[in-house]
Amino acid sequence: MSVWVLRGLRDGVVTTRWPAKPDAYDDAWRGPAQVTGPADQGSTDRHNDLTDLCPTGAITVADGTVRVDQGRCILCGRCVTERPGVFAWSQGATGPAALAREQLIIPELPETDAAVQAARARLAERTRALRRSVHVRHVDAGSDGSEEWEIQALLGPVYDVHRLGVFITASPRHADVLLVTGAGAHGMSVPLRTTYDGMPHPRVVIAIGTDAVSGGLLADSEATTGGVGATVPVDIWLAGSPPSPFGILNALLIAVGYLTPEGRRSR
Amino acid sequence: MTMTQPDVLGLWKELEARVAAGDRFAGLFASFATQGHAVTLSAHVATAGDVDTMEVTLPPGAAGYPALTPLIGAAFWYERVIHDQFGLVPEGHPRLAPLLRPGYPLPRHVEGYGLFTIPHGPVRSGVMESIEYLVETPGEAIPHLNMRVFYKHRGVESRFTGLTLSDGVLLAERTEGIASVAHALAFCHAAERVAGCEVSPAAALVRVLHAELERIANHLDVAVRLADAAGLAVATARMALHKERVMRLVSRMCGSRFGRGVVVPGGVTALPGLSPAELSAELDKLSRPIAADAAALMATSSFLDRLRGTGPLTPARARQHGALGPIGKAAGFADDDRLARPYDAYSSLGLEPGRAHAAGDALARLRVRWEEVDSSFGLLRRAADDLSAERAADPPLVPCEPPSGRAVGWAEAPQGEVLYDVSLQEGRIVRCHPRSASFHNLVLMHEVFAGDILTDFPFIEASFGLSVAGVAL
Repeated sequence: MSVWVLRGLRDGVVTTRWPAKPDAYDDAWRGPAQVTGPADQGSTDRHNDLTDLCPTGAITVADGTVRVDQGRCILCGRCVTERPGVFAWSQGATGPAALAREQLIIPELPETDAAVQAARARLAERTRALRRSVHVRHVDAGSDGSEEWEIQALLGPVYDVHRLGVFITASPRHADVLLVTGAGAHGMSVPLRTTYDGMPHPRVVIAIGTDAVSGGLLADSEATTGGVGATVPVDIWLAGSPPSPFGILNALLIAVGYLTPEGRRSR
Repeated sequence: MTMTQPDVLGLWKELEARVAAGDRFAGLFASFATQGHAVTLSAHVATAGDVDTMEVTLPPGAAGYPALTPLIGAAFWYERVIHDQFGLVPEGHPRLAPLLRPGYPLPRHVEGYGLFTIPHGPVRSGVMESIEYLVETPGEAIPHLNMRVFYKHRGVESRFTGLTLSDGVLLAERTEGIASVAHALAFCHAAERVAGCEVSPAAALVRVLHAELERIANHLDVAVRLADAAGLAVATARMALHKERVMRLVSRMCGSRFGRGVVVPGGVTALPGLSPAELSAELDKLSRPIAADAAALMATSSFLDRLRGTGPLTPARARQHGALGPIGKAAGFADDDRLARPYDAYSSLGLEPGRAHAAGDALARLRVRWEEVDSSFGLLRRAADDLSAERAADPPLVPCEPPSGRAVGWAEAPQGEVLYDVSLQEGRIVRCHPRSASFHNLVLMHEVFAGDILTDFPFIEASFGLSVAGVAL
C-alpha cells in the first residue's frame, strides 16, 4: 500500500483555490450565449429571423430588443457563429446561476428584479440556518449522463468540495440541498418528489443544467415535463449543457450563503 | 444494404442463419411503413465491413408477430421496446414486461424460503443515473437481478422526427452525454452516407482526436468508480485527476468538456484550438502518469481480488449475444467498428487488434480498457502528427446537404458500437433510431451474477461502464 502514499504526493496540491482565489480555467470558460448588439447588427441575407436561429427557442425579439434565455441555451454556438454582431459567448463558468427563472433571460425583463428580490429573501432565511456546511443529495430526473460526471468531478481532488464543508449523502433525510439534473422525465416525477418530501427543513433545490432548467432540446418531448421546476420548487437555476464543475460549485456556495449570486463573498 | 422479406418467420430464419454463420445481430426496431398504418420491422446485422438492414412489413392492423427472441436471445429487450412503442405483441416472447414505460411490480423470478427482493433505486446512493435494480437474494448471494430502466425515458427517439440535420446532431450529442462524440459521429456517418459526401482528411483526423479522448475519459471514469468501490482513496483521487485533465484538454480543443459542437454532417466545425505540436506535448504529459498509475492499480492485490472472477460473462454468451465494446472483448468477442468497419481516419492510422481475452470477468474488462487507453494514445499521437503536416489547409467542413434517403451510420463509443438508422426527407429527419452500446449490453447484467454477492454489485456495475441515458433514451 505504501506505493499509493507516494503516488498521492506525486503532484503536490492540485486543488483549486477558488473561490478564495480566481482560477484561470474558470475565467476562460465559455458560458451560454449573451446579447451584445442590436438585432440589425451585421445583418446578412441569411438568418435575419433571429428567433429561428436557436434550436431551443432561447432567442426572442420584442420591440427591437433581442433577448436570450440562457436557461434554454444549450451552448451550440449557432447564434454566435451566424450573427457575431448580435450574440457572443459569455465568459466564466460561474456566470449563469440565478435565483429566479426569469433572471436567466438577458437583458433583464422589467419584472425580473422584483422576482429576484423575493427569491433572495426566501433563500436567505434558509441559508442562515444551514450555517455553511451542508449535505447534498442528487437526483437524476432524466439527464443525458454528463451532468452526473460534472457533479462527480466536484468530489475529485481538483475541485474537492469537502474543503468547503459540502458532502454528498445517500439519504434525503440527511440532506440540506437537492441537486436535480435532467429534463424532468415523467418516470422520475414521483421518485423526485418523494426524495424532496423526505428532506428536512430548511432545504434548498438547485436545478443543474439547461435540461433541468427548461428541458433543453427535450422541452417538447412527450416524455418530459420540460424542466424539473414542474415537480419541485427550484431555488437556484444553473444553465449550461452541461454546466462546468465551477458552475455547480458556485451554485452550491450560493445555496449555503457563502457567495451571493453576484459572486461576492458574503461575510 | 437493405433487403425486404415477405414474411416475418422467413426473415427470422434468414437472420438466425446469418448470425450462425458469423454475422452479428445488431438491433431490431419497428417503425410505421412509408405508406398507411402498417408497421415495418427492421433488423440490423453487422457483417464484415458493413451493417445490413433486413425488413419485413406486417399486414395492416396486425396485433402481433412471431417473436424473434426465442431464436435470437439478444432481441429480448428490443422486442419489449417494440411492444412499448407500438403495442405489437411478439408472440412467444419469454417476458413481455414494459421496458420504457412504467410497469407493474415484477413477479419474483426465484422462489424459495427466505428469499426477498432488495429494491435498489431509482434514487441511489452517490451521484448516479436513475435506474432501479431489483436484487432477488436470500441474504448474500444474488440468484437473480431485475432491472427497470424506464425512469429516465426522455422520448429522444421521437424527438428526432422533424428536426433538421444541424439540430439532429445536437440531439444525438445529448442522447448519451458521456459518449457525445461517438453519437454525433454515428449520426453524421448516416447523414453523410445519404448525401454521398466525404469529409476532408483533416476533419477525419479531428474526429478521431475527439473520439479517442472521449474513450480515455470514459475508461478513466470506470477506473475511478472501481477504485472507489474498493475503497482505495488515493487511487480514486489519482484516476479522477487524470480524467479531469483529459476533459480539460478536450475543452481547450473545442470549448466543451464533452467534445460537443465539433462533429457535424460534412466534417467538423473547426480545427482544434491547440496546434498539433501543443497537442502532442499535452498527450505526453497525460499518457505517462496514467500508465504509471494504471500499472500501480493493476499491482494492488486488494483491488485485483475484488475484480478477479467477479461478474463473469462466458465467451459463448458474449458471442451469442454479440456483446459490444470492452464487455465483449473481455470475453473473447471483439467486433470493434474501428477495425471491422473503419470510418473517418481509422483505416490509415494503423490500429492493431487488442490482445485476446477469455476470462470475461470484471478484471478482464478493466484490462481491456487499459489496453484501449494505451492504443488510444497511440492513435492520438499519429492523428496529431498527420494533422500537423499538410492537412491544416484542408477545409474542416464540406457541404453535406443530403436529399431524401435512408442510411445506417456507426461509430465505436467507449461502451461499444453506436448505431444510427436515419431516414431523411428533403433535409429533415423523418425517423431516427439511435441504438447505443449501453442498450445492447446492459441486458447482459442479468446473467453475470453467478456466485457473486451483494458487495460485488458496485464492481460489476462499474465494470460494465454503461450509461442509463443511452438505454432508456
